[in-house]
Amino acid sequence: MASADESIRHLLRRAGFGASPQELGYYSDLGRSAAVEALVDYEQFDDDVDAFIGQPGYVSVTTRGTFSPGTVINDARQRWLFRMVHSARPLQEKLTLFWHNHFATAYSKVAGAYGSSDATRMMAAKASEDPAKLRGQVETIRAMCMGSFRDLVIAMAKDPAMLVWLDGRFNTRQKPQENFGRELMELFSMGVGFYNESDVYAAARVFTGWNLRRTTTSREDLYPVYEFAYNPNNHETAAKTFSFPIYRDGGRTIASRSAADGMQDGIDLITAVVSYPATARRLVMRLWNYFVSEINPPPDEFVNELADAYLASNYDLKLVMRRLLRSADFRSEANYFTKYSWPAEFVARSLKEVGWTGFTVNDAVSQMVNMGQVLYEPPDVAGWEQGPGWISTGGMLARMNFAAQLSRTQATSLVNAVKPYATTPDSVLSYFLDRLAPSPYDNDAYNDLRSYLTASGAWTGSDTQLRTKAPGLVHLIVGSGENVFI
Amino acid sequence: MAMTRRDFLRNGVGAFTIGLAAPAFLTELAQAQGAGSRSLVVLYLGGGNDALSMLVPYGDAFYYSRRPSIAVPTGDVLQIGSDRNNAALGLHPRLTGLRSIFDEGRLGIIQRTGYENSSRSHFLGQDIWGTANPANPQTRGWLGRYLDTIPSPVNPLVAWDALREVPRALMGDHVSVPAIPSAASYTFASPNTGSEAALERAYATRIASHVPIDRPHLAFVNSNINAAMNSLDKVALVTKYVPSLTYPTGGLGQTLKTVAGAMATGVGTKVFWVQLGGFDTHASQVGTNGAYPRLMTELNDAVTAFYNDLRSQGLLNQALVMGFSEFGRRAYENGSVGCDHGAAGLMFVLGGAVRGGLYGTAASLNPDPKNATLENNGGDVRYETDFRSVYARVADGWLGADSAGLLGADFRRPDLAFL
Repeated sequence: MASADESIRHLLRRAGFGASPQELGYYSDLGRSAAVEALVDYEQFDDDVDAFIGQPGYVSVTTRGTFSPGTVINDARQRWLFRMVHSARPLQEKLTLFWHNHFATAYSKVAGAYGSSDATRMMAAKASEDPAKLRGQVETIRAMCMGSFRDLVIAMAKDPAMLVWLDGRFNTRQKPQENFGRELMELFSMGVGFYNESDVYAAARVFTGWNLRRTTTSREDLYPVYEFAYNPNNHETAAKTFSFPIYRDGGRTIASRSAADGMQDGIDLITAVVSYPATARRLVMRLWNYFVSEINPPPDEFVNELADAYLASNYDLKLVMRRLLRSADFRSEANYFTKYSWPAEFVARSLKEVGWTGFTVNDAVSQMVNMGQVLYEPPDVAGWEQGPGWISTGGMLARMNFAAQLSRTQATSLVNAVKPYATTPDSVLSYFLDRLAPSPYDNDAYNDLRSYLTASGAWTGSDTQLRTKAPGLVHLIVGSGENVFI
Repeated sequence: MAMTRRDFLRNGVGAFTIGLAAPAFLTELAQAQGAGSRSLVVLYLGGGNDALSMLVPYGDAFYYSRRPSIAVPTGDVLQIGSDRNNAALGLHPRLTGLRSIFDEGRLGIIQRTGYENSSRSHFLGQDIWGTANPANPQTRGWLGRYLDTIPSPVNPLVAWDALREVPRALMGDHVSVPAIPSAASYTFASPNTGSEAALERAYATRIASHVPIDRPHLAFVNSNINAAMNSLDKVALVTKYVPSLTYPTGGLGQTLKTVAGAMATGVGTKVFWVQLGGFDTHASQVGTNGAYPRLMTELNDAVTAFYNDLRSQGLLNQALVMGFSEFGRRAYENGSVGCDHGAAGLMFVLGGAVRGGLYGTAASLNPDPKNATLENNGGDVRYETDFRSVYARVADGWLGADSAGLLGADFRRPDLAFL
């Protein structure tokens, strides 16, 4: 087996979820530059991945009755993992996960307000699955993740699940509710240190009246519709002054408007915070950590260039992503394997590299609980604790145990695949290291892996021996510390 | 925030040193030394506990005028007496078990705990409480610093984190705290069986025993795998624990059952970290199924079961529970039958060695800007007792540490004599 170009593998680990052998071949044939374009310009590929759910040749899903990702949150989780494994648009799924973490909204609070079925719709339904043809929050992100960041923030400010999650639905003129206004500045844009408590009060008043309307029609009375609605009666019309500029002329005050026009207050504030220099730098830092490195800090020029590009392009995320993936820093070998894989990345990549025959993503969903990542359920509005924060004893056991389960179910195909290399333990080890492509092992660890193969008896390469050692070795590699890094 | 948290973790990992993978016989020795010793159970009420609903100043007319829809009605309060300023106080009506423990003199409540310029951010607040360092909250945790002082070889179960993520408070340079949210699923699986499975476990341990100095991040991950491998068998023993009563089925109850099991099994854990989340009650706080009553029920039932079980097992004098939250909530309600982020809150301590009672004084909720017990234009409760003074008493009086060294200054307060 010829080694694929390491730069392609790096690209697919970062801009995707690793690569199956077929994907690796496809992107290797394109070459690196064209591969970047294929990943970024993903709209040239049909968004038809969901049609393959339940088809032979793909990872399975487990259902009780009908598979219903628009109303059952566990099915939504399975669908998203399925997409991570099989989508022809891996960067779209990768960015959707990034922004899901950024606008971290948890299903459970929405379910507490409206019940599990409606909460699943509000988080995960496709337009075609909603009676009013409205998209769930993560579907909105999925559709907008390569557009303008300003548009994305406005969409999130109007998103029904967000209006429940950060209590915007209770934000009224009589009783301004600070939750969304605070997090807009602290977490969604500029970050702590660039606003003060009086800005929080002002932001709360800005968004008074941004609410959620729950309607039922006679035709659809079984399915209440949740949609954004601006309620002028609840809007605080007085002027709001901030400690930072709101307008390009440096003006810090959103002037008093009539209640009918008051929704523009929120648009003005969002426009201000997305255009704030600290926001540009913070977004670039977050993209650096997600796509380039959590271990090496970015050079100043990288941050400056991408922050400038973001601001000059009216917050164009596609332009920023293209520049990032083309940058010398992204390509640098010094940044290979300098990111801790998220549980979703670990699971999807393992399935692509080890195989999925007869495997259901439902088992991955349960193991991910112990790894510390439940999709649609970030622990709080700051999202998941990343980098070393993913790592704990229980979390590592869960990764190792997932690797055990996966290698057991894939034993037959692993044995068949390694048979041509079964003559020596070294060739077996070499085959699996090339196929699974973990970060390099130092000599001591490499020697341990090799001696594992002969620890219970001299090497024969027999089917019986492979039947034990192939899944055992895959378990050890996939569950190793080296394989955490991508 | 996420950036600076990672910055810390990066530095923490960079400073990470070797010596985690103690040989098994030394580990046994460390465990034997730890057996029968005291345990601190830190109970984090996540999200910002509304202290004014937990310990109700029911004699303060402003409490009712400023919280017309969320105040606990006077008649429902479980009266527990007055503080030294004669403020009448009572527990939330769901805290019946805690009231009994209070009456036994084994529950201490420290009012108005906090710090100057209290952060209203959950995340910064957690880091400040975690590090006990408001000026530089991106450093090692206060309990991590304590664990770092324990001489090597350190028992792999010296601390036990019942969450999936390790909180900042437990982050140290030398000790890797195991995260064990569920003892039952804390096991090693293999694609093979019998001797081959055992062989894989041995090799997984061997591979992770390499902690390359030039790859500190890999060393950090491997140290976690090692800590897992070294603690698996002991955790399996804990799962065999038979309590003296039935714990509530909720998350906190089951976690405290595991804590009691670990104590009874003598695994030598000095610090447990447990959490009850959901205290960010911006909305729908009250009512039979309101968020706050449900939280109080879970807290009460779980802690009361734990207390009674420990007493039956003869372990009550070996346990100290310390409860806290990252901030209290606003003095007045918001428009969604809840309340927003505030400043000072309360802490509580519970256990066989605790001298119970009310410590500190209640705020007056009079919105007059001149009211010195409030801040933020009468909006938030102002702290009276620095939370580090409570930590200091716990460090000196329970952990046997030097609180001034641990906390970087002398925060001791003679009047906080709950231990």
